[in-house]
Amino acid sequence: MESAFSSADLSAIWLAFKLAAVVTVILLLVGTPIAWWLARTRSFWKGPVGAVVALPIVLPPTVIGFYLLVAMGPNGPLGQLTQALGIGLLPFTFAGLVVGSVFYSLPFVVQPLQNAFEAIPERALETAATLRASALDTFFSVALPLARPGLLTASVLGFAHTVGEFGVVLMIGGNIPDKTRVVSVQIYDHVEAMEYAAAHWLSAGMVAFAFVVLLLLYTFNPSGQRK
Amino acid sequence: MIKARFDLSYPSFELHAELQLPAHGITALFGPSGSGKTTLLRCIAGLERIANGMLQVKDEVWQDGANFLPVHRRPLGYVFQEASLFPHLSVRQNLEYGLKRIPPAQRRVQAEQAVEWLGLSRLIARDSPAGLSGGERQRVAIARALLTSPRLLLMDEPLSALDAASKRDILPYLERLHGELDIPVIYVSHALDEVARLADQLVLMEQGCVIASGALNEILGRLDLPTAHLDDAGAVIEAGVAVHDEEYHLTRLDFSGGSLWVSRVERTIGSVVRARVLARDVSIATVAPQGTSISNILAVRIAGIRDEGPDRVNLRLTVGGSQVLLSRITRRSRDQLGLMPGMEVFAQVKSAALIA
Repeated sequence: MESAFSSADLSAIWLAFKLAAVVTVILLLVGTPIAWWLARTRSFWKGPVGAVVALPIVLPPTVIGFYLLVAMGPNGPLGQLTQALGIGLLPFTFAGLVVGSVFYSLPFVVQPLQNAFEAIPERALETAATLRASALDTFFSVALPLARPGLLTASVLGFAHTVGEFGVVLMIGGNIPDKTRVVSVQIYDHVEAMEYAAAHWLSAGMVAFAFVVLLLLYTFNPSGQRK
Repeated sequence: MIKARFDLSYPSFELHAELQLPAHGITALFGPSGSGKTTLLRCIAGLERIANGMLQVKDEVWQDGANFLPVHRRPLGYVFQEASLFPHLSVRQNLEYGLKRIPPAQRRVQAEQAVEWLGLSRLIARDSPAGLSGGERQRVAIARALLTSPRLLLMDEPLSALDAASKRDILPYLERLHGELDIPVIYVSHALDEVARLADQLVLMEQGCVIASGALNEILGRLDLPTAHLDDAGAVIEAGVAVHDEEYHLTRLDFSGGSLWVSRVERTIGSVVRARVLARDVSIATVAPQGTSISNILAVRIAGIRDEGPDRVNLRLTVGGSQVLLSRITRRSRDQLGLMPGMEVFAQVKSAALIA
């Protein structure tokens, strides 16, 4: 086993998981209000916003990566903002990967949450209001606990999807060891260098990871058992 | 005093309600499905926000013009048709959900009290409300609402989703609350038997409009209202338990103007009870009946007669000074007996049911 992963492999694995963890936390914070709004609003903007959130599902990752690269570049709006804030430019940095991944994985967090919120009966929220709970209180004491299966699904999908992304990473992160070279890029490098054995180890590891994550999700998530 | 006025016009639905209710006792909103009872109740709760509305509860304005007190700031309790317990909380946590959200100084109902009133001591240790029966869930929901120490309790057909047995179980608890709580209750129902049992005041609704409101007896005794056309139309008599006849297992109820024998009831002498006399169980004789098996015969005066379909008429009868009875007889009997308003006759009450 010791020879299975090189230190560069391990570094790439570590980086991928670190990226996925940061992105998942940000996505839960950002995606939950978006999902709540999408689930409850009757506004005209529900359709357009829902479509924009879902775009990464259908667009090639290279397209998203390309536009993010342009936006984060020295002349792009995001780039000018980050420069004005003294952060510098985001492309080819870990922070840039985080921003790109947040966009790319957003639908995988928002959609399960939105479904979970939509399944909460209006009556439960009304009941809470008649029991003196404000809207915010109701959200935390009734809506979030009732949406727990969706929250779990959203976290797992957001995390796993970020671990597995490749196109966006390559476009805006490049391939810098310890900074932006995540597992999927490392596999690509191995294949390019004809190191098929190393590519196998990492790829099989990814397959096993994905399988175990989904197995745990389907086994322990109570969504299937709730009536 | 509770004053409310709500005006709403949708193409498919209208609500035009103006109400003044006493701030005590149980007021029933009664009417057929689609008459706007639930909408009116939801407007009072603030669950529906109607621009054109006014609501004042005692000396507090809850809605008027641009002022609108949000639901969670209104000191009310609401019991929905289905119990709506939170599935992610235990029974105790459900009960305490509202209690925890009001300052201790404002708590007038204690948890133990509510548990005792609604007979929940065996249920409170349950981890989840999932295993409770429909009646048990509704009792928990009522206790949960009471624990917010509401100044107005709103109940939207709390029994209609229950089977007959659960209904029988839960009604005594509601009657008990009526006796022990000094909270005005607005109770939506389309079941006349429930209303007759529980209500003090009655508000009749039809097609989004309030068509009559007043004391229960007064409304149920009127011939010109839809309640008189119902199959189970009838009057309610408040009477005192006077005598128990142990040999024949009967109890005599006395009221001003007469008395009624009913099946033996387990109430102490002197307690006040309600008996319901259905119009179809009251027949008329112009001379004092002899040799009849009917033991409840009251001297009454015909106060009004009104046609009820092609073959029947409803009579409004007064007993003594104030008590009213309804009687439903055939039109032919009316003509054969020559019954006219103002006549003194005898009402034969075939059965009277003690309801509360």
